[in-house]
Amino acid sequence: MAGSHFTGHNPDLAHHFENLDQQRQSSRLGMWLFLVTEILFFGGLFCAYVVYRVNHPEVFIFGHHFLDKSLGALNTVVLICSSLTMAWAVRAAQLKQRAILQLMLVLSFVLAGTFLGVKYVEYSHKWHHGLLWASRYAPDAHILAEAGVEVAEAHGEEAVSESIEGVPGDEIGLAVEALPVDEVLPETLLENAADSEISKIAPAAVGPAGLVTPEARAAAEAERNAVIVNPANAKTFFSVYFLMTGLHGIHVILGMIAMLWLLKLTRQGVFDGGHYTKVDNIALYWHVVDLIWIYLFLLMYLID
Amino acid sequence: MILTGLFDMMMRLIRAPEDGGATFWMPPQSSTIAGEVDWLFNFILGISVFFFVLIVVVMLVFVVKYRRREGWETAPASTSHNTLLELTWTGIPVALVVVIFFFGFKSYLNMSTPPANAYEIQVSGQKWNWSFTYPNGYVDQNLHVPADRPVELLMTSVDVIHSFYVPAFRVKMDVVPGRYTKAWFEATMPGEYNIFCAEYCGTGHSDMSAMVIVHPSGEFGPWLEKASNFLLTMTPVEGGRKLYEIRGCQQCHSVDGGARTGPTFFKLFGKDESLTDGLTVTVDENYIRESLLEPNAKVVAGFEAVMPTYQGRLKDDEIAALIAYIKSLDGKTGEE
Amino acid sequence: MAEGHSAVVTPMSGGASGENYLTTGKGPLSWLFTLDHKRISVMYMVCILGSFLLGGVFALLIRTELWAPGATIMTADTYNKMFTLHGAVMIFLFIIPGIPAALGNFVLPLMLGAKDVALPRLNLLSFWCWLAGATVCLVSIVVGAVDTGWTFYTPYSTTTSTAVVSMTLGAFILGFSSIFTGLNFIVTIHTMRPEGMTWFKMPLFLWSLYSTAIIQVLATPVLGITLLLLIAERTLGVGIFDPALGGDPVLYQHFFWFYSHPAVYIMILPAMGIISELVSVFSGKHIFGYKFIAWSSIAIAVFSFLVWGHHMFTSGQSGLVNMIFSALTFSVAIPSAVKVFNWLATMYKGAINLAAPMLYVLSFLFLFAIGGLTGLFLGSLSVNIHLHDTYFVVAHFHYVMFGGTVIAFLGGIHYWWPKMFGRMYSEFWARISAALIFVGFNLTFFTQFVMGSHGMPRRYYNYLEVFKPYHQASTVGSYILGVAFMIMAYYLLHSLVRGEKAPENPWGGATLEWATASPPIATNFEHEMVGLDPYDIDSLKFDRQTGNYVRKDPGSIFLKPIGDE
Repeated sequence: MAGSHFTGHNPDLAHHFENLDQQRQSSRLGMWLFLVTEILFFGGLFCAYVVYRVNHPEVFIFGHHFLDKSLGALNTVVLICSSLTMAWAVRAAQLKQRAILQLMLVLSFVLAGTFLGVKYVEYSHKWHHGLLWASRYAPDAHILAEAGVEVAEAHGEEAVSESIEGVPGDEIGLAVEALPVDEVLPETLLENAADSEISKIAPAAVGPAGLVTPEARAAAEAERNAVIVNPANAKTFFSVYFLMTGLHGIHVILGMIAMLWLLKLTRQGVFDGGHYTKVDNIALYWHVVDLIWIYLFLLMYLID
Repeated sequence: MILTGLFDMMMRLIRAPEDGGATFWMPPQSSTIAGEVDWLFNFILGISVFFFVLIVVVMLVFVVKYRRREGWETAPASTSHNTLLELTWTGIPVALVVVIFFFGFKSYLNMSTPPANAYEIQVSGQKWNWSFTYPNGYVDQNLHVPADRPVELLMTSVDVIHSFYVPAFRVKMDVVPGRYTKAWFEATMPGEYNIFCAEYCGTGHSDMSAMVIVHPSGEFGPWLEKASNFLLTMTPVEGGRKLYEIRGCQQCHSVDGGARTGPTFFKLFGKDESLTDGLTVTVDENYIRESLLEPNAKVVAGFEAVMPTYQGRLKDDEIAALIAYIKSLDGKTGEE
Repeated sequence: MAEGHSAVVTPMSGGASGENYLTTGKGPLSWLFTLDHKRISVMYMVCILGSFLLGGVFALLIRTELWAPGATIMTADTYNKMFTLHGAVMIFLFIIPGIPAALGNFVLPLMLGAKDVALPRLNLLSFWCWLAGATVCLVSIVVGAVDTGWTFYTPYSTTTSTAVVSMTLGAFILGFSSIFTGLNFIVTIHTMRPEGMTWFKMPLFLWSLYSTAIIQVLATPVLGITLLLLIAERTLGVGIFDPALGGDPVLYQHFFWFYSHPAVYIMILPAMGIISELVSVFSGKHIFGYKFIAWSSIAIAVFSFLVWGHHMFTSGQSGLVNMIFSALTFSVAIPSAVKVFNWLATMYKGAINLAAPMLYVLSFLFLFAIGGLTGLFLGSLSVNIHLHDTYFVVAHFHYVMFGGTVIAFLGGIHYWWPKMFGRMYSEFWARISAALIFVGFNLTFFTQFVMGSHGMPRRYYNYLEVFKPYHQASTVGSYILGVAFMIMAYYLLHSLVRGEKAPENPWGGATLEWATASPPIATNFEHEMVGLDPYDIDSLKFDRQTGNYVRKDPGSIFLKPIGDE
């Protein structure tokens, strides 16, 4: 059936098109539309990012200290280079330069692989220190101190006990307000921490003015400040971070598969006739993947 | 038999359901805004019926008048556009929907802005029941309200999304976990009305109902007084336990030995506690009473002085009941 | 097929070689791997109607359960799964792909005088995505089903113990199927129009498919990411929607309805396109107000993206937001009203042929008028507060989705059936079943308006005694619908074997699909076609001998035989 479907005179022209121009236009328009759906797909995540950023700006300011800017910048450079090599590949296909096309595809593939390698380094670092998405967010004291979180300067290092079942680490961290690790954690404070989990409704516990001692008020004040320094919903930042970069990573992998496919076609001589539409389309896709990363880098790593 | 059944059904469809004040379309109007909503409903209904009849009658007339006759072979050329006509039947609906929108928005503003003097009741939804907390701390499974007084509901959910719906009041608002939503109404007719959960919430969704009981003005206060005074009908220990649950004690004091913001009540009575100022006190009736009325006078070491006073908020018999309850938590009495 | 090219045939007797797309290529693999849009369309049709049957069985089970308050034939948990599956199957498997993938796929290239859609491989991929998605959904049903409602609202959907992940994964894959179909249609309409067919010489069905495709391409990815986030929420606990982890459950509703409201127009726009074709052909008259109908499709597509918030008037969003969404919602009513008036004007002074497809048009006008007008109640803020999440809403969207889309889909099936399979069905039984569907539908759903405005909430397993007669009338109506569909299944299947042979143009349509054989040959046309005015009904003449409509000037739409250089 497939054979009889393509009976045109030109082997590159599918039977249902009248000429190559119509065919090229169709696949070009199709690719652009597909890229629009890709942008909208990520658009949903960018929307979620904006909503949470507007509602909890402190979470994002807190979270971005833990991202390695230099690794992010390195990856940005790597991806921009790969975009360049892909563009060059398109040029080579147009000019029927098979050897250069092959070289550019290999280079792009290697650069994409480098990107994933760097990403792996970043991920494993976060994995190691418990900087994960909401349900598994449990940063260790070491990483908090390393990031120069103000909490550490003000009260000493963060001490997080993971021994309390069912209480996410950050909530404990929040209430404990960071004591030096070498100090023994007073039990009562830990208990207070547990309490903040039990009661979801904030206690209407501010009695008539005369009854709250100045010390108590100061303590409450300090707690509020601590919230800003080490926000309760910091885990949301890492959820958004892993979702966005993870989804982007999947797109990078898909792009690499497409490059391998192009490489195979090149070796078969498919592009020797100058019909470069396939290379062009994959390159377009790759530029979009690149562009999305640049936005991710700006929004997650750089913005204060 | 099926036919008579169907006929019976049709008759019942035409008649209004048997509760008082209901019409073919709407349940009884039992709140101040119901009349406004129903007026708009009927206004839109009028417009809709007019256009519906217009469309169907025109269609049927055309079908009869212009049906294809025997021997028809080909169509004559015909007019296929008329810009004036198009603009007319674009313009008229535009004008009508602007009017409908305006009325809808106007009455929505009335229903979403509670008056300043509204009586506030807290509503909590959970799978699959409602609880209503009155300003004095009393909690009920049904919603009792006074007639002719605005009532504002401050609502939240402890699990999934629910929606508080009283058809007779034309009031509906989602009850969302992790945030508060508000609704208000002013009941006009004493009586009992259904509360439904309108947002799907699982197995018992359709059984998550309760009643609003509207008390005639002047009778609500005495009812609340009586309902809140459950101490008269309970043993002091049971009454104390209920107070512990509904008056906010359990937010900070556990009864199983676990620590919260304040010391646990478990085996508390008779214990020697060291205080923040270094002194020691034995927990007895007097200490408990003092701690309720002047909580920050003698704070147990290791705790913050954050407890609000219950001076003027607990009556003597309530304090006695709480003391009885705390006494019973000795690990032996059978109480927790 | 090669013979088909060289055979000399007179313009109006195509398919002289005896081959058609159904006979070119044999065996299941020739179907499963076909690139022919007509075969893909037939496979889609079979699968989609199968899904409709499945969803219909769920519906009848629901209606039976509601015969009396409390337990009738199933438990509350089973009931919750039933209405979820009814909604999910009907929406994701049946009605969204329905008209575009089953009828659109067949008709679109034919109307363009083209040999195929622009991207045939993508078309096949779309069908495979549908199959894969449907399989995952079915697996989900078998391993325990879902009880969240088809809307998968968080946090219920993140906490329930049922098979939410597999069902949402299925819907996610089905999303790709929808995107690919829409993308293909946009490209095809842009690049494959024949000589002479300018944008405003396109049949209105193509305008509606084009508008639909825009929505499919722009909205479906957002559903994709939403469902993906929901899956991530359940499997990893990312806390975007779950308040227990710091997320916002209402954000999910915004995401969901950003797709699912435009999706309503993915369902209804193609239906409107079908009605535009049918009302002109069966009135024997040029369509009235072509440009207004065409632009109103585009207007609906644009507005559809701006009204999602009207599903959330009671969610606690701010009054200002509610006001804006209410105002925008009313704006969608206008283009729909314009279309209805233009259809009526088309009938004016026509020669109305009351064949089965036209009965569906009349049904559509009646039911869609009710569906559309009840939308005014729901768009109005204060009335919406009372009616939201009651049976009034259920009745409203069934009047639009069933009374609108399904009725038009049935009209389209009856209209193009002779073209697709080359056979005529029994007109007598077709009319009986059309009438029964009309009666059964109204009995089923009109009662639900009354229940709803009296405050009967939707998705209720148990209900107050006072609603019992309404529920029982509704249930009786649903049984009538069931019987009507059984009759339809019988006479349509019967026609495939015993039906009279269909002529090329049994109804008198002037669009290009009627200018080729019934059923068409594998490459659609023997000639390159010219796009003339698609509603030039007066260029046709009824030939009593053959029961066929023929062109007064037979050569006018042919450019040259295909294969001539």
